[in-house]
Amino acid sequence: MAHRWGMAVDLDRCTGCEACVTACHAENNIPTVGAGQAGRGRAMHWIRVERYYEGDFPDVRVKFRPVLCQQCDAAPCEAVCPTYAAHQNDEGLNAQVYNRCIGTRYCANACMYNVRFFNFFNPEWEKPLNLQLNPDVSIRAVGVMEKCTFCVQRIKAAKVQVKAEHRDLRDGELQPACAQACPTTALVFGDLNDPESRVARLARSPRGTKLLEDLGAEPKITYLQKQPWYESDAQ
Amino acid sequence: MNRTLNKRLPDDLLRPLFHTSVWFYALVAALGSVVLAGLSAYAYQVYNGIGVTGDNWPVFWGFHETNFVFWIGISHAGTLISAILRLVNATWRRPVTRCAEAITVFALMIGALFPIVHLGRPWLFFWLVPYPSAREIWPNFRSPLVWDFFAINTYLTGSLLFLLLPMIPDFALVRDRATGWRHRIYGALALGWQGTTKQWHRLESAMQIMAIAIIPVAVSVHTIVSFDFSMATVPMWHSTIFGPYFVAGAIFSGIAALIIAMALLRRFLHLEEYLHPVHFQNLGKLLLLMSLLWVYFVFAERLTVWYGNEPSEMAVFWATQRGAYAPLFWTMVICNFVIPFPILALRRLRTIPGTVVASLTVLVGMWLERFLIIVPSLAHKQIPYTWGSYSPRPVEIVMAVAAFAAMGLLYVLFAKFVPIVSIWELKVGDHPRPALTPVEKDEAAGLWRTQP
Repeated sequence: MAHRWGMAVDLDRCTGCEACVTACHAENNIPTVGAGQAGRGRAMHWIRVERYYEGDFPDVRVKFRPVLCQQCDAAPCEAVCPTYAAHQNDEGLNAQVYNRCIGTRYCANACMYNVRFFNFFNPEWEKPLNLQLNPDVSIRAVGVMEKCTFCVQRIKAAKVQVKAEHRDLRDGELQPACAQACPTTALVFGDLNDPESRVARLARSPRGTKLLEDLGAEPKITYLQKQPWYESDAQ
Repeated sequence: MNRTLNKRLPDDLLRPLFHTSVWFYALVAALGSVVLAGLSAYAYQVYNGIGVTGDNWPVFWGFHETNFVFWIGISHAGTLISAILRLVNATWRRPVTRCAEAITVFALMIGALFPIVHLGRPWLFFWLVPYPSAREIWPNFRSPLVWDFFAINTYLTGSLLFLLLPMIPDFALVRDRATGWRHRIYGALALGWQGTTKQWHRLESAMQIMAIAIIPVAVSVHTIVSFDFSMATVPMWHSTIFGPYFVAGAIFSGIAALIIAMALLRRFLHLEEYLHPVHFQNLGKLLLLMSLLWVYFVFAERLTVWYGNEPSEMAVFWATQRGAYAPLFWTMVICNFVIPFPILALRRLRTIPGTVVASLTVLVGMWLERFLIIVPSLAHKQIPYTWGSYSPRPVEIVMAVAAFAAMGLLYVLFAKFVPIVSIWELKVGDHPRPALTPVEKDEAAGLWRTQP
């Protein structure tokens, strides 16, 4: 059976530590652009932790929301790409083919989650940072759009592994860097086509919502959060 | 028919082709150096990357796309004036058509460059062309950018034909009067025109077909340009009003550009006897109509958004209405309506200087309109955490200025090498005293009478 990769993000567990962001940068060779360029809005984080504040000082509550590519089924980024650089692969991933990208940046404008990042300049890594680049992930050149891939290199590697061992992929065996780094297991990755997988069960949770669900992009990431209406119903 | 003037016609209108003044060289040098500055800025951008522009996350489109929409909009001058006025057989159009058609072609050439200019990897722009290649992949026909590519190419081809066809008899005229290299070049351009009845008949039929065909193409072009925005679920982009709104704005700015071009030609090529105040009067009335239409569209769009009160749209709405972009928004309203409306509505002010002033403010206002459609929406998409801002960088500003200089340069060169007023059409029609030309003394008396 074909896989259909998805994720559940438990907002009640997220502490906002940003380990996922760091892990993602390390895994996917995402360049850091420096303070000056970051100030101009050129920072690239395939996953980011959004902070929202509730209440007035000193009674402030901070809420965290990790946002990464929602891997939408009806992805607005894909339709608008003139060269099929953004397209849906047969495992439900919004794939980005860097070699096809001509840099119209239309996909990034069409994406309501703003999870696409453009290489405004050629990426650079100061020595010795160049030595920690992940050899499994290509480096993107200037003028190309990039985005979260759900660590497609790990998915490919895991599929080769299980094929060699003549077995099926076990739930939880495969994790993208962000989920692996999360100390509170707020991020759960898995196969939505397997009804017994953890992510599929969490996706059915009454605590679950989708981000900007009303816009109809059919995202595959479920956000879990204590729902006041659900609690009162339970009582 | 004024026979003496009719005899003088070719001499007057061909003068720029045979006599070159110092001013011509000075103008070409001045405009050319600005265009060169723009080209260098572009080379700098290609060498370094889009990062040298002000584009950022989340405002991925800025000045380049504004210029694109603006210049494609300007190109709508030629079609409206020329094609529609040809079809309704408005005789006063005759000295105006070629100025207008030339604007169309040059504005399209400039506008069509910007989608390539704005690419991250412009050297791969030809991947939008569907051709069998080793990549074994076609362009994505679902993408509005691919629609753009086809629409603009169709329009450019069509308007080029529309411009060139009625130039053939005039090229033949130049050929017959010129000697030496001019004779050979214009002879080749005249395509063997002999002025036989058969040739005239074919030319008229071809023009009739082109005039009809070019109108839907023009409407579709700016509709598709608007689709670049309205197809995305970006707040205040995703609107059904965008197609007609963009087309109306395009015609609006196109007429303004035409009035300015005509006033400059009249002044510097001494065409006072061909481009009359009545032409500016009539075009001024059209500009007034488009100004009112534009205000109506803006009002309809804004009221619907405000009444709907959808949070993400309201963020953009307030950002433009009284937030960071409010100064630009209200400047736009002043430039597109508050200043031009009284000038164009009052007969006393609808003079040549009056219409030129109104047109200049309209060009400023319409450029701002394109900017205000693109940038504030991208800066205020649905998730507030991702809100951003945009400010242009020198590279973009130089290229925006260079686009205007390029328009001027192309136009100056065109007026130098081609009779800018269609000589044969003036001869054919009862011109250069159009039926609606107000008699001079009546004008002085403030009356509005037409010559019988």
